[in-house]
Amino acid sequence: VLDTARRIATPEGIELALRLAGPLPRALAWVVDFLLRLAVLGLAAMVLGALGAFGTGLFLLAWFFLEWLFPAWCEVNWGGATPGKKALNLVVLHDDGTPVRWPAALARNLLRAIDFLPLLYGIGLAAMLMNREFKRLGDLAAGTIVVYTEPKPRGFSIPQAPPLAPPVALTLPEQRAILDFAERAPGLTAERAEELASIPRGLVGQLDGRAAADRLLRIANFLVGRR
Amino acid sequence: MRQAIFESRYGADWARFETWLDRHEKLRKRERARLAPDALPDAEVPQAYRRVCQHLALAHDRQYSPDLVDRLNRLALRGHHLLYGARGGRGARALAFLLAGFPRLVREERRCVIAAAVLFFGPFLLLLAALQWFPDFVYYLFPPEALAKFQEMYNPANKRLGMREADDNVAMFGFYIWNNVKIGFQTFASGIAFGLGSVFYLVSNGLLIGAIAGYLTQVGYGETFWPFVSGHSPMELVAIVISGAAGLRLGGALVAPGLRSRKAALVAAATPAVRLMYGAAGMFLLAAFIEAFWSPLTYFPPVTKFLVGAILWLVVGGYFLFGGRGGAA
Repeated sequence: VLDTARRIATPEGIELALRLAGPLPRALAWVVDFLLRLAVLGLAAMVLGALGAFGTGLFLLAWFFLEWLFPAWCEVNWGGATPGKKALNLVVLHDDGTPVRWPAALARNLLRAIDFLPLLYGIGLAAMLMNREFKRLGDLAAGTIVVYTEPKPRGFSIPQAPPLAPPVALTLPEQRAILDFAERAPGLTAERAEELASIPRGLVGQLDGRAAADRLLRIANFLVGRR
Repeated sequence: MRQAIFESRYGADWARFETWLDRHEKLRKRERARLAPDALPDAEVPQAYRRVCQHLALAHDRQYSPDLVDRLNRLALRGHHLLYGARGGRGARALAFLLAGFPRLVREERRCVIAAAVLFFGPFLLLLAALQWFPDFVYYLFPPEALAKFQEMYNPANKRLGMREADDNVAMFGFYIWNNVKIGFQTFASGIAFGLGSVFYLVSNGLLIGAIAGYLTQVGYGETFWPFVSGHSPMELVAIVISGAAGLRLGGALVAPGLRSRKAALVAAATPAVRLMYGAAGMFLLAAFIEAFWSPLTYFPPVTKFLVGAILWLVVGGYFLFGGRGGAA
């Protein structure tokens, strides 16, 4: 299956699901970080510029720290994300799903110097496209992945209908499929919804068209716990 | 067990665990102390986490509703991050690294360090010597304006050395950090190109520094140049060599991965390489400090400066040769 989900087994014997982030959200996160850095340094230049040579020294120090160490610091101490990554709901983790620590954070941030070459992360992008976990060179060396943070449980927003217990026990993926269908049904054309609804014969029996769609909707209502 | 019973029986446990997570993700230690004590004492957290994991597995297996499974998956993930995340004692470990770990690591990686030292000091000494016999060679390396600038910086008539008259100590400190540490980081990072980048930076910096030293000595400014560099050179030159060694370590893992795949070898090499860079960055910092605040002083006679320089070389040498030997620190 072509999928960006990555499953990680924990010592407790369960599997946690993580969704890998691709080049586009990561590039956007970089743009946000870049603009923030530009703004902060611009402000610093104005304030410190008034201090003459002393200010120049402080400005260069600030530049150095913002450029090289601040991203790593954020990833270690600020929930695994720079401000840009926070804005795009991304987080850096070790390959085994644990939060990133200093050695890995520093490795991936120092190696940005190479990933950035020859121009705007050319090498980084090439590396990301050549492995299935979207790792740039820094991620490869540091053993880190960039994933989406778990979205807040959204609850299922499905249309109200009198709940109906399914005639057979459903597995988890089947339940999810029914719920996804119910959620999207209002956005589909009636014909398409009815066509889809008549596929699971085990649930809708001989019903067809409109009746089948309604039946699935009622089952979905049962599945989300409406009684 | 039906889902409703399952939820009503364990819901309170999950809620307690979730409250604990909320509190520990958001707040720092000091802020937590001011709040009422947790309903869930820290000591019982691992147990609560394992229960959540068990419940997640059960919910999966019993095909409970996706809503519940998602909720438990979220709880388990957050618990996993907190429990397997930060470890305490960072300050103590940093001190141990400084006192023993770093010199040990440098000795352990001596093959890379020696190779980097040869790549850097070889060209350095070569040019330093060459310019004494063939002074005109310098015009192949630098344009006349650059040479004029070097002359201005090290003119014996200056009150402070190594900088133009108008410069300020703090400004130079900022510049040395921004510039020198950046060069160190580039020397390291470019090593991932099968070591070639590190070789390039080591050799080119060796040539550059050797050429400047050779030129200034040859035109008779040695009496200002050598006292200036004697203080910070032990830190700075060794830091460049160690950065290069860290880069060669990365590149070496790709060139000769041994029994591992290239990717696995790279990941394995990254740990010692980055630890070398911790040390190198610290040395660059120290060097920049000395270079900005001690090296330019002309108040002390050159003899004092050479003495300090010699002592620092001995300290650096002794540190790497003997630091962290004996005693299981």
